[in-house]
Amino acid sequence: MLKYTIRRLLTIIPVLWLVSAMVFVLIHLVPGDPVLVILGAAAKPEQVEMMRQRLGLDQPIIIQYWDWMIALLQGDLGASILSDEPVTRLILERMPITISVAAVALFLSLAISLPAGIIAALRHNTYTDYFFMILVILAMSIPSFWLALLLMMLFSFQLNLLPVMGWISIFDNFWSGIQYLILPSVSLAFIMAAIVSRMTRSSMLEVLREDYIVTALAKGTPKRFIVFKHALKNAFAPVMTIIGFQIGFLLGGTVVIEDVYSIPGVGRLILGAIANRDYPVVQGCILMVTSIVVFVNAAVDVAYAYFDPRVSFDK
Amino acid sequence: MPDNFENISGKIRTPILEVRDLSVSFHLLEGVIPAVAGVDMVLNQGEVLGVVGESGCGKSVTAKSVLRIIPCPPGSIDSGTAMFEDRNLLELTEAEMEGVRGNKISMIFQEPMTSLNPAFTVGDQIAEVFRFHRGMKKREAFERAVEELRRVEIPDPAKRARSYPHQLSGGMRQRAMIAIALACRPRILIADEPTTALDVTIQAQILNLMGQLQTDIGMSIILITHNLGVVASIADRVVIMYAGRVVEEGTIDDIFACHHHPYTHGLLRSVPRLDRPSEDLQEIKGIVPKLNDLPRGCAFSNRCDYVMEQCRQREPVFKPIGSGHKSRCWLENRPW
Ligand SMILES: Nc1ncnc2c1ncn2[C@@H]1O[C@H](COP(=O)(O)OP(=O)(O)OP(=O)(O)O)[C@@H](O)[C@H]1O
Ligand SMILES: [Mg+2]
Repeated sequence: MLKYTIRRLLTIIPVLWLVSAMVFVLIHLVPGDPVLVILGAAAKPEQVEMMRQRLGLDQPIIIQYWDWMIALLQGDLGASILSDEPVTRLILERMPITISVAAVALFLSLAISLPAGIIAALRHNTYTDYFFMILVILAMSIPSFWLALLLMMLFSFQLNLLPVMGWISIFDNFWSGIQYLILPSVSLAFIMAAIVSRMTRSSMLEVLREDYIVTALAKGTPKRFIVFKHALKNAFAPVMTIIGFQIGFLLGGTVVIEDVYSIPGVGRLILGAIANRDYPVVQGCILMVTSIVVFVNAAVDVAYAYFDPRVSFDK
Repeated sequence: MPDNFENISGKIRTPILEVRDLSVSFHLLEGVIPAVAGVDMVLNQGEVLGVVGESGCGKSVTAKSVLRIIPCPPGSIDSGTAMFEDRNLLELTEAEMEGVRGNKISMIFQEPMTSLNPAFTVGDQIAEVFRFHRGMKKREAFERAVEELRRVEIPDPAKRARSYPHQLSGGMRQRAMIAIALACRPRILIADEPTTALDVTIQAQILNLMGQLQTDIGMSIILITHNLGVVASIADRVVIMYAGRVVEEGTIDDIFACHHHPYTHGLLRSVPRLDRPSEDLQEIKGIVPKLNDLPRGCAFSNRCDYVMEQCRQREPVFKPIGSGHKSRCWLENRPW
């Protein structure tokens, strides 16, 4: 298990390198001269030349990549073309906001979906089960931005219970912070809860039919122990893989949700940067988000080996 | 073949488990399937009872119903009693049943590859039995688990206790299953085709081990099997099942030397034997009827070589034809 963990974590390095190379290449392969895009077609040649030098675009691509890599390794993602602020700082300022929305959404969705999936599996083919499954299908077919608007209309405009939009950090004022967090995270949690509970249910159903469940019964293990020890540990491995995937979508989803609720997170930073062709910021944000996904996936793989010991003995 | 099974012939037989009129059905989309229909079965103190019959005749369902581990739904135990230590197992509460399973009555299964939980160590799975039935703490239970692995002759038990099932061979896993089953020194062990999935040398080893442990612990065994050879070598008495019914019951000698039911006759004729030319080997003709579409009268009438008119009218009664020898057939005398 330890060996496997180390091996798996080491694979992060080449993956991250590949990701960074792809981000770099993509940005530089996109047709159109970024300088012309930034300055507009009417720019004078001297202006263009100056901008090129400032951005280092006059260097050969290899040198550009080398400089970029070295800076990256030092945590330097360049500076925003628009505001000249360091990209790293721009991202780090907004990261906690995005992460808190995503984390609360993740927590909410798991808190709903895991028990729901387990209960539905245990009550297989009863009305409880059917009820859950209908909810799941409903939840999966509602786009989160639309749900966000609906929730906003209901809780903010009609009932006046929660703020319409904006942001207060929970670290500045906990209770107001929570109020601003609720709607965005609920809108995000919905789809994820549906997907995870469906997976939990089917995985539990499959595991409960296994021979070793009968063995556990035959040795006098109490029912709740069979469900929460013998079945759940086996059923959880595939569920976790789905959760891992969903975290990527969750981060994508926050971009939209942040826009709907005017939350000053990384999502809005990206959208703004794209609109303004602020490519160092775009690059930095993409790199950041993909790195998070890479790390989450590695963590999921390591956790998988805990739930299913067979994978760490592959030889 | 194993020779350390205690032969009880000549001793007084005291019943330890008495199954009477057990009926179990499965309610499926295609209809109700009467998997077990009025089974009577007695297991005596210290004996090995062989249960034999073709695939699907209800051997496993009978055994699992006694422990009440058939899935309900779709299964349901419709009638019957299973008396064990003056209590009817079929009427106990779920909590009382948990105290019986794995403690007083244990069961091992055919598939050692899938019967152990892949997510927990072998030691942990044995230790669980001590924790639930003996109230031991985790550590103590685990140490006892290592002892049990040693008892079933697994080499390097301390290391094996920390292994996961996939790191063990099939034979080892079945030994581990036996360790789980026998951890609490049960009065009864139900072994449901314990060696079918293993190769021949391992089969003999496992049977030997079971025989030896039976003598040590003094338990009774219900051995479910297709293999009449295994039955001949270790069972004291035999029950022959067909289509959810017991069709013949008797001692080893009753069954092998003077069986009465044509189905038993057919089963014996389909086993290769050294003292008989192989061209005499015969399969029982016809196909096993569907349980929810049995012929009228005797369930075996459509395949029986000796079928008579009344066989197609009325189901034969299960009647004694000798001391301890019973058969469910209208025939007066054996025609073979
Ligand atoms: N879980 C189940 N769901 C539905 N039907 C079942 C179930 N278990 C058993 N049955 C039915 O009960 C019948 C008897 O099954 P059982 O497992 O007792 O046969 P068996 O004698 O043990 O056969 P084998 O030698 O193949 O193990 C089967 O034919 C099947 O139709
Ligand atoms: Mg069976």
